[in-house]
Amino acid sequence: MLEIKNLHARVAEEGTEILRGVDLTVKDGEIAAIMGPNGSGKSTLSYILAGREDYEVTEGDILYNGESILEMDPAERAASGIFLAFQYPLEIPGVATMTFLKTALNAQRKARGEDELTTPEFMRRVKSSAADLQINPDMLKRPLNVGFSGGEKKRAEILQMALLEPKLCVMDETDSGLDIDALKIVADGVNALRSAERSFLVITHYQRLLDYIVPDTVHVLYKGRIIKTGDKDLALKLENEGYSQIIDEAA
Amino acid sequence: MSSVTELRPRTPAETRLLQLAEAQGENENVRRPAIEALRREGLPTRRVEAWHYTDLRQLMGKRLGEESAIEALRESGETVLEPFLHGSSIVDLGTSEGSHLPKGVSVAKSDERSDWKVTPNRLDRSIDTIRALNSAFGANSSAITVEAGAAPDHAIELRPGVGLSGHAHTRVSLGAKAKATFVERLDGNAQGAPSTGVTELHLGEGSEVLWIVDQEKGLDAVHLGQLHVRLEADSLFRLFVLNAGGGLVRYEVHTDVVGEGADIQMRGVNLIRDGQHIDVTTTLNHTVPNTTATETFRNVVTGGHGVFQGIIKVARGAQKTDAKLACNSLLLSDEGDFSAKPELEIFADDVVCGHGATAGEIDADHLFYLMSRGIPADKARALLIKAFVTEVVEELEDEALQYVLEARIDDWLSANG
Ligand SMILES: Nc1ncnc2c1ncn2[C@@H]1O[C@H](COP(=O)(O)OP(=O)(O)OP(=O)(O)O)[C@@H](O)[C@H]1O
Ligand SMILES: [Mg+2]
Repeated sequence: MLEIKNLHARVAEEGTEILRGVDLTVKDGEIAAIMGPNGSGKSTLSYILAGREDYEVTEGDILYNGESILEMDPAERAASGIFLAFQYPLEIPGVATMTFLKTALNAQRKARGEDELTTPEFMRRVKSSAADLQINPDMLKRPLNVGFSGGEKKRAEILQMALLEPKLCVMDETDSGLDIDALKIVADGVNALRSAERSFLVITHYQRLLDYIVPDTVHVLYKGRIIKTGDKDLALKLENEGYSQIIDEAA
Repeated sequence: MSSVTELRPRTPAETRLLQLAEAQGENENVRRPAIEALRREGLPTRRVEAWHYTDLRQLMGKRLGEESAIEALRESGETVLEPFLHGSSIVDLGTSEGSHLPKGVSVAKSDERSDWKVTPNRLDRSIDTIRALNSAFGANSSAITVEAGAAPDHAIELRPGVGLSGHAHTRVSLGAKAKATFVERLDGNAQGAPSTGVTELHLGEGSEVLWIVDQEKGLDAVHLGQLHVRLEADSLFRLFVLNAGGGLVRYEVHTDVVGEGADIQMRGVNLIRDGQHIDVTTTLNHTVPNTTATETFRNVVTGGHGVFQGIIKVARGAQKTDAKLACNSLLLSDEGDFSAKPELEIFADDVVCGHGATAGEIDADHLFYLMSRGIPADKARALLIKAFVTEVVEELEDEALQYVLEARIDDWLSANG
């Protein structure tokens, strides 16, 4: 599904190097968790996967289903099945949530050569996904994310993910800001999407999310590099011991 | 008031305007003094503060037609136009005739003229430029009255005459507690002739007006308009200006709030492309305590020049005035520019007043977010541009009107966005 090879990237504007040789492979159907201290480059990696222009890849490559995506713009990547659930979803005043969802869904379908959804079919899907995630439909009458609480924004991201049915789901700290019940609801939503053809890159600081969404692999990103890879027990170890030992080992 | 007359050669625009004014047939005795005043004072130079960003002498020169075009203008006919809002009554300001006027609303020809010695824009010269031109062109004068308590259930659309008679002077008076919607329809005008409109709008106690300006003239048209509003106690004046056409356009709105409890809500969208010069100049003049006003203009600039001048004036004693104005521009190309000049002039100490002007490009983070959901760049940009202007349209909280305005904005954006 995803092969990141010796990826080096810097902030396009001022040149600070943030990723310093990331190597990471995610297989079809795999759930890979990425952990790591604040500022280690997790969000940067997720943005680069989604194609944000603020970052410049200086070395290495990202292969998605065997092909480099570096030349693709964010919309093309999305249409090919890459989805990023943002750590901080943006509020976009003036853009109605429903218009946005429908435009996005149909743009992706069109890019893939599929027919656009009829309005009733679209409404049916939104209603059903919203119900699964216990999102009040009235919220969707508002402009995109405007006035949503922190947790509501996170849930709305997962709603988008469920509707767009991506192949590679990158979730950046989806658990932060969610209350205990919401965490469970969101995790159920994610687990319902699990399939042999869909992979997840779950960025998190906490074991709690991984109790619900059990990862196949756990990777520690530190100073722009993966310094340790293990199975779900690695996350438990980190929870108990913190990062210092692993960082020392790597050094 | 007296002015030192500058001795300077007449510009082509001034010469041409005087020719056009002389070519008018009617109201000679009214026109003459205004023509003479213009002959004496000329058009304002950039040193006149009110016209600093809109240099009429230079901008008009390019846009007024040749002398030989006068005959064609005289003959230019009516255009067939659907009403802006479905079911509106139409008032022809060229003849002061109304069709299917609702109960409680009347229209009559009037002898009243726009008084160009009154300058509602304090920054103008000893003569008011737009009013002087309006008089010099022999504007037909109409008086429209909405009786006290009347609340017509459909809008009244005001249409100026065409060609040489594209000049209207209108007094609109609302009795106490009357409630009405007006559409000032500024649409295609004969090429080469300027049009002017001066409206005096009087809101009686507790009355409400929604005033919509739909300006979609051709890209070579010149229009100078002025709306002067007087608000009695507890009245509500709502304004929406759509500028989506015109070559050289200045629309002035000057409000005098003279009764306590009055409220003003001004909104507007200016869509500007190459070759256009669009100017909106406003005054919020609060002279009594406890009045409120909000004003927001959103501008989309793909080329050309936009101007916004807006002042909030609060007189001594006009305590508890709450007035805010904002002018936000989205600059989509290096080819266009927008000059915004918001001002406060406050002589009371217990007030809440604020103003702000912003100009920027499309937010790169917003664009990324939309694109990350698979919306292609051009479509994502279009959504964001639309969102930027839709926000003020939504504040009208009137679905039918919102639908009509958005359709027009969509047309413009798909042709120019
Ligand atoms: N556009 C940028 N300009 C300058 N510095 C940046 C930019 N983007 C990221 N950085 C820096 O790169 C480093 C990595 O940031 P990033 O957001 O990827 O960390 P993170 O691992 O997601 O942290 P957290 O766990 O706090 O979310 C930080 O030091 C950050 O300040
Ligand atoms: Mg982060």
